Amino acid sequence: MDIFLQQVLNGLVLGSVYALVALGYTMVYGILGLINFAHGEVVMVGALTALSVMTGITSLGLGLPGPLVVLLALLVAMAVCMALGFSIERVAYRPLRRAPRLAPLITAIGVSILLQNIAMLVWGRRYHTFPSIITPTPHNFLGATITDLQVFIIVISGLIMGGLLLLVHYTRLGRAMRATSENQIVAGLMGVNVNKIIAATFVIGSALAAVAGVLVSANYSIAHYYMGFMLGLKAFTAAVLGGIGNLGGAMLGGLLLGLIESIGAGYIGDLTGGFLGSHYQDVFAFVVLIAVLVFRPTGLMGERVSERA
Amino acid sequence: MVTRLLRHWNVLKVHRHAPWIGTALVAVSLAILPFALEAGLSRTWVRIVDFALLYAMLAMGLNIVVGFAGLLDLGYIAFYAVGAYSYALLASPHFGLHLPFWVLLPIGALVAAFFGILLGSPTLRLRGDYLAIVTLGFGEIIRIFLNNLNAPVNITNGPQGVNRIDPIQLGGMDFTKTQEILGITFPGTHLHYYLFLLLTILTIVICIRLEDSRIGRAWIAIREDEIAAQAMGINTRNVKLLAFAMGATFGGVAGGLFSAFQGFVSPESFGLLESIMVLCMVVLGGMGHVAGVVLGALLLATLPEVLRHTASPVQQQIFGKVILDPESLRMLLFGLALILVMLLRPGGLWPSPIRRRELTNATAPAKV
Repeated sequence: MDIFLQQVLNGLVLGSVYALVALGYTMVYGILGLINFAHGEVVMVGALTALSVMTGITSLGLGLPGPLVVLLALLVAMAVCMALGFSIERVAYRPLRRAPRLAPLITAIGVSILLQNIAMLVWGRRYHTFPSIITPTPHNFLGATITDLQVFIIVISGLIMGGLLLLVHYTRLGRAMRATSENQIVAGLMGVNVNKIIAATFVIGSALAAVAGVLVSANYSIAHYYMGFMLGLKAFTAAVLGGIGNLGGAMLGGLLLGLIESIGAGYIGDLTGGFLGSHYQDVFAFVVLIAVLVFRPTGLMGERVSERA
Repeated sequence: MVTRLLRHWNVLKVHRHAPWIGTALVAVSLAILPFALEAGLSRTWVRIVDFALLYAMLAMGLNIVVGFAGLLDLGYIAFYAVGAYSYALLASPHFGLHLPFWVLLPIGALVAAFFGILLGSPTLRLRGDYLAIVTLGFGEIIRIFLNNLNAPVNITNGPQGVNRIDPIQLGGMDFTKTQEILGITFPGTHLHYYLFLLLTILTIVICIRLEDSRIGRAWIAIREDEIAAQAMGINTRNVKLLAFAMGATFGGVAGGLFSAFQGFVSPESFGLLESIMVLCMVVLGGMGHVAGVVLGALLLATLPEVLRHTASPVQQQIFGKVILDPESLRMLLFGLALILVMLLRPGGLWPSPIRRRELTNATAPAKV
């Protein structure tokens, strides 16, 4: 089996999920200039909601076909997350839009902690295994193994990202979003309902987060209340790597980070003579983050340099 | 000095002699506090107060970074961890080293300051929110390393942590053993209390003096408007780095004390939630206000204990069973507190006079 190719494939799967989550960060950042710390928790809520719906439906014993159950669960998760994203913006960010920078950042952390603990109360501390509704069949691809689920993850992320690009560049809503991120006051003068657009951004980002949550927990077939934290952090890194505020950048950054992590974790043992092992996988994201911020703070595809501290 | 502090806080200004009387009263009540607690509640409470004092030092350190300089540091606990581990490794059977307390404390402070500069120098050019994420990542990296540096060379002893750390020894006195001084018996917790109290007061003094100093004013200028501060000739980079190093130093000292007091450290004590808790203390108490921060720290450090004693019985009575265990209740409350304080009382429970003025008659500039 070709190990390098295997790592690349794993990296692509992981990267597509990062990219989906990173889009949520980057969209909110593009419009509000705010890091939505709670975004990772939205992903977690999406995954756990979908899981509960699936277990619920299967326990009813209706005999529905597997893909339909997954689709239903996904839709419910998306709806829940959209409502959640909307309320987070309404409660924690909107009242502070004119406050000092530190204020919304601190409420964001508060929301994150709150969601995590509510999730812990609802779903408990234990790791939930994803119900095996669809058993992925492994395929051989040039000596590496890839399951059809993983192919599905890559394809669906690609489709969603394409759809989002179309939405942002070719629809009325998208134009309004771009205008708002350019300059809120002028956009308001041009007849854009800024509040509505910002809410819409949060809702769309949360829907993507729900999809990402379902995909990632289906891939690892595991979900728990703490999963959002690391995932969110890495997706943020991906967004920064690509150039925060830039949609294409978030996608590129996500894929790159997935590759870096997977290849890095695969080879770090050999490179350091066994001194550092694959349990340092989580460190890569941070090292990349710090390196990007130091050497190219605007990211790979970002062009705007912000002046205001 | 204490009088000066009290005057500083506007606590007492009624009578010419009032400050002295007030100081004496405060001093006496602080001095008899551990005995009163032990008599009134139990010795556990003295221990709780000891920890609360450690948190107060920690919160004041973070306050320098977040409150004075306005840099959101989400990985502050990493410096606490660095201080704790440098103490633990140099004074335990793990490496067979047993350095004396007075050597270890400065070492912990220096190592933490070094890490502060290490983290700060590449990242302080960044805008506030980037900095928050990078510091968060740094905190996690430190924890991951502490957790995994037990193989192939065992440095930190991994998830098991380091135990049998030497207790504090001063003037031939072992702080874990009961001592008799001038006919009064002092149990170990009480001895720690007095030491921590002394160091807390020292930290308060240093922080207040810092705030009033040239550096402190530079920090506040940076917090208010970095570009304007730069235009006024402040070397923002160095001054920010100094804030980071200073904050880290306090964290390191508190970490060393924690290590010696508890006799055991493990990576588990230095998670993100601890960072958030210290941040909560600063935010809830009043960012940039030393007295407020101390109040916040004392409140939040004793809260879990209060919850432990009240939350479960109350729930038993109302619902007939315990729905929320005190630990998750505490975290829920922290999250809520961060949101509510920012929305309703952005200056904190006890805001600094400057901030209060700002908040009351500030016409917030529109963000363009």
